[in-house]
Amino acid sequence: MRMAEYIIIGNGVAAIGCIEGIRSVDKTSSITVISEEQYPVYGRPLISYYLEGKTTLDKMNYRKPDFYESNGCRVLYGKRAERIDKDEKNVLLDDGTALPYTSVCVATGSTPFTPSIKGLETVQSKFSFMTLDDSLSLEKALNKDSRVLIVGAGLIGLKCAEGISKRVGSITVCDLATRVLSSILDNECAALMQARLEENGIRFMLEDTVTEFNGNKATMKSGASVEFDILVMAVGVRANTALVKELGGEVNRGILVNEQMQTSLSNIYAAGDCTEGMDTSLGERRVLAILPNAYMQGHTAGVNMTGGRELFDKAIPMNSIGFFGLHAITAGSYFGTDEGGEMYEERGDGTLKRLFTKDGVLTGFILIGQVERAGIYTSLIREKVPLDSINFDILKKNPTLFAYSQNQRRKMLGGVV
Amino acid sequence: MKRVYVNEKWCLGCHLCEYNCAFANSGKKDMVDALKGKPIFPRIHIEGNEKISYAVSCRHCEDPMCVKSCIAGAISREDGVIHIDQSKCVGCYTCILVCPYGALATNADGVMQKCELCLQNSCGAPACVVGCPNNAIVYEERGDENG
Ligand SMILES: Cc1cc2nc3c(=O)[nH]c(=O)nc-3n(C[C@H](O)[C@H](O)[C@H](O)COP(=O)(O)OP(=O)(O)OC[C@H]3O[C@@H](n4cnc5c(N)ncnc54)[C@H](O)[C@@H]3O)c2cc1C
Ligand code: SF4
Ligand code: SF4
Repeated sequence: MRMAEYIIIGNGVAAIGCIEGIRSVDKTSSITVISEEQYPVYGRPLISYYLEGKTTLDKMNYRKPDFYESNGCRVLYGKRAERIDKDEKNVLLDDGTALPYTSVCVATGSTPFTPSIKGLETVQSKFSFMTLDDSLSLEKALNKDSRVLIVGAGLIGLKCAEGISKRVGSITVCDLATRVLSSILDNECAALMQARLEENGIRFMLEDTVTEFNGNKATMKSGASVEFDILVMAVGVRANTALVKELGGEVNRGILVNEQMQTSLSNIYAAGDCTEGMDTSLGERRVLAILPNAYMQGHTAGVNMTGGRELFDKAIPMNSIGFFGLHAITAGSYFGTDEGGEMYEERGDGTLKRLFTKDGVLTGFILIGQVERAGIYTSLIREKVPLDSINFDILKKNPTLFAYSQNQRRKMLGGVV
Repeated sequence: MKRVYVNEKWCLGCHLCEYNCAFANSGKKDMVDALKGKPIFPRIHIEGNEKISYAVSCRHCEDPMCVKSCIAGAISREDGVIHIDQSKCVGCYTCILVCPYGALATNADGVMQKCELCLQNSCGAPACVVGCPNNAIVYEERGDENG
């Protein structure tokens, strides 16, 4: 076999999936990873747990220290891929080097989006919350008296709030949305999470945002003003699509990929937060910026780059997020009755379960507080298991394999899966 | 590779495996000292009703969703065995979100755990299997289809 030259742009979890995918087929060809960040791969979501003291720098490595070496990868740290030359089949770096490739995987992730707000440049101490460096510089800037203003009540803003809550004086979170975590929770579920955050001292200003900054003062849309020492901007992220877009590749909110993670350009693949693929629970394309997705897309890209074949055709949104001991697990899509969907609901003391069904399959769920064995539900969504092939009445009450037929269960528990 | 398999026809629903598991992983020498009067956190669970019952524990999947999804890279596959490095776990519950068998749960300290085939403790062979009075759980090599 002719030796291939694989290039992976980016060094996040999608890149690791890609390396492992390539090496599951091709043990020898060269792999070069271009890493803008100076670190070996770390679990990006851990940056808040680091500030919270739940992990340490040496435990944040996503893979063992010898990972790249034992997989025969060359990593170029602190280098940026500026352009792909698809005619010459080169990747051009910021230092002028041209690296030849036989196939390339764009695994560039996303960048925090900064809205243009009047006076933002007058704020001295402002941060994003995406990278380990962001987390380390935020840590340097904060002290026990800091008043922190976080713009954005999504997953990233709130994880940041939880991470620093015991280390600062006060935290205010504002968001234009009417609820926290608006992309994954409905009103009532969001209210439960918000209450837990508030019990832990975090103050919210919802349906409100900053219209102007003046040094340490923010003037809000509501007319209120907030004084702060540290500003964290967590409004949202944008997929890094430029490398493919400027070549004329198909791009929407993310780089468009098929089930083999091919872009519209030959020998150019893409994986992770920079892509837009099919959300099978919704039946539409979406950017699914979650870590499991990044790994699985990367792996699929890697296998296909070698000429092997693997499909990733079960992507759904799924999140597990907890604040101060209250866990929320969500997956799939929630269709309203007007869209032909149905909802099953159970409430307990501080717990809430909502299962969404449509056309005879489970399409989504929200579990708050009581989340044990949630994966049994997730699997029904991913596999589109017809609900009439199992005992859904049992399953509604409890995620248990008892809802499956004896035969199905024998395959699950009596064979290799 | 050898895995734990159940035969639900033989299961009595006696829950002994749960106790043997909790004891095996307690690090204690005496079962009474380890379990008596305390909530137990076994890595194997009996499911079912009065008529049908069976034990569920980690399947050590060929294509493990937990490994691909752990945000900390704390779950890995070594020689087919799926292992959690508990010192790296941050308790995010993403593995609970994705495991199709509901095989993971937290221990008394809130850290994630699951069956590791008694390879990490001093038992040598899975304690649930050794202690099952009716051979309803076995530890053996099987092919891709039901053996
Ligand atoms: C605070 C926080 C908490 C999160 N929590 C969760 C969670 O609980 N669960 C979950 O599922 N997901 C979570 N996520 C999302 C998760 O981290 C991402 O989905 C995942 O890391 C995406 O991996 P990736 O490899 O696609 O991209 P990234 O990890 O973003 O990696 C891309 C890398 O490419 C580099 N790069 C970009 N352009 C270039 C270039 N031109 N040349 C060279 N290098 C380049 C970037 O610097 C970056 O290091 C969280 C994210 C954040 C920020
Ligand atoms: S924990 Fe679940 S997904 Fe992971 S190997 Fe065990 S059964 Fe498979
Ligand atoms: S709870 Fe622990 S083991 Fe499970 S996914 Fe999170 S970090 Fe990994």
